[in-house]
Amino acid sequence: MNLFTLFLSGMLINNIILAKFLGMCPFMGVSTKLSSAVGMGIAVIFVIFGASVFSWFLYYYVLVPTGLEFMKLICFILLIASFVQFVEMFIKKQSPSLYKSLGIFLPLITTNCAVLYVALDNITQKYDLLETMVNSIGVPAGFMLMLVVFATIRERLDGNDVPEAFQGNPIALIVAAIMAIAFGAFAGLV
Amino acid sequence: MSETKEKKSFFSEMVFNNPVFGLYLGICSTLAITTSLNNAIGMGVAVIVVLVLSNILVSLIAPLTPDEIHIPVYIVIIATLVTVVGMLMQAFTPQLFSALGAFIDLIVVNCIILGRAEAYACKNGVAASARDGLMMGLSYTFSLLAMSLIRQILGTGIVDFSNPMTGNQVFSLRLIPAGFEIPVFTTQTGAFLTFAILAAAVAGMKISQEKKAKEAEKAAKAAAAAAAKEKAAAAKAAAAKAKEAANA
Repeated sequence: MNLFTLFLSGMLINNIILAKFLGMCPFMGVSTKLSSAVGMGIAVIFVIFGASVFSWFLYYYVLVPTGLEFMKLICFILLIASFVQFVEMFIKKQSPSLYKSLGIFLPLITTNCAVLYVALDNITQKYDLLETMVNSIGVPAGFMLMLVVFATIRERLDGNDVPEAFQGNPIALIVAAIMAIAFGAFAGLV
Repeated sequence: MSETKEKKSFFSEMVFNNPVFGLYLGICSTLAITTSLNNAIGMGVAVIVVLVLSNILVSLIAPLTPDEIHIPVYIVIIATLVTVVGMLMQAFTPQLFSALGAFIDLIVVNCIILGRAEAYACKNGVAASARDGLMMGLSYTFSLLAMSLIRQILGTGIVDFSNPMTGNQVFSLRLIPAGFEIPVFTTQTGAFLTFAILAAAVAGMKISQEKKAKEAEKAAKAAAAAAAKEKAAAAKAAAAKAKEAANA
């Protein structure tokens, strides 16, 4: 597959939130303010890219030669958890100001199902290293796009008169439903 | 009396403390796989099995685990259980396994499971943890069933269920005549809409219950105040009577 097509389909057509329903927890939790949405988006791009490339190497250079492919779930989740921990420590030491703005989002990413999904999907789709890298940037870029667009909508939503039962998350889900219709139009892009 | 009370608490645990609609845990899989009743039941059973076993194991292992590494330990336990369940499903229910796809693997990061291990199982005994896992798993399955029934009936007009082992259809019932179904409910948009409306319904029920409780409290207070007044009046009357008697 063309690399650009792969990037575009990961970002827009198969958008991880609207088409695959992954990463909903941070999506609902962090999309209330624009600044935190941008911070979370950058952190997710970084972690998904790193974790996916590492798990690609782990799978093809450790698990396949030893015949332990069925262990991939356990290995990947451990790899993601330790990678996030490592990134957190590294940023804390190297750039305290960046840590201040990103720090609170990093532990949350371990339980972001998008990270595990992208790592597993790269293996299931049999992508080579270059395709894995492109896919692992395209998918979280789509996540960040959605997070930012959604945060701006929700900031405006706060001032509106919403029925009591729909306040908070339910009205946000209605907005997501309408956005899913809009993103459905991207299906004809490629 | 106690039976109805128990039934009520079971119902309220299912609806008001529902992990999905009440706390927004595990929504990814709820939105993604509830396109048919079959998927919902399969996913629900898989999550119940993993949740009960992980709660049991965590409650056993928690006293031995150092505090700093408890999350990695729990995650490895959950990932192992999910791998086992996934392999069993691949062997015995291959159709269901391919329909659910990556979401079987993603049970690992389902917030409900790690959440219960962290919030309940590591502090409680084995039996209590197993019961908690079963209850949480049932209420998760309950929300999957609600979502999938609404989406399947409105979207395709048919309710059907097939044997997951063989793939043979067990029953199929058309509730909405052909041409009148609303296909949008089988798409992503329908998933978000159904979820939003169900979550709002749960929130609305909670709000009205809180209001009722407040009103009941007010009424009880008013009644208590009235009773106190009456008592005081009765005491006064009695004192007056006693005085009269004494005077006489």
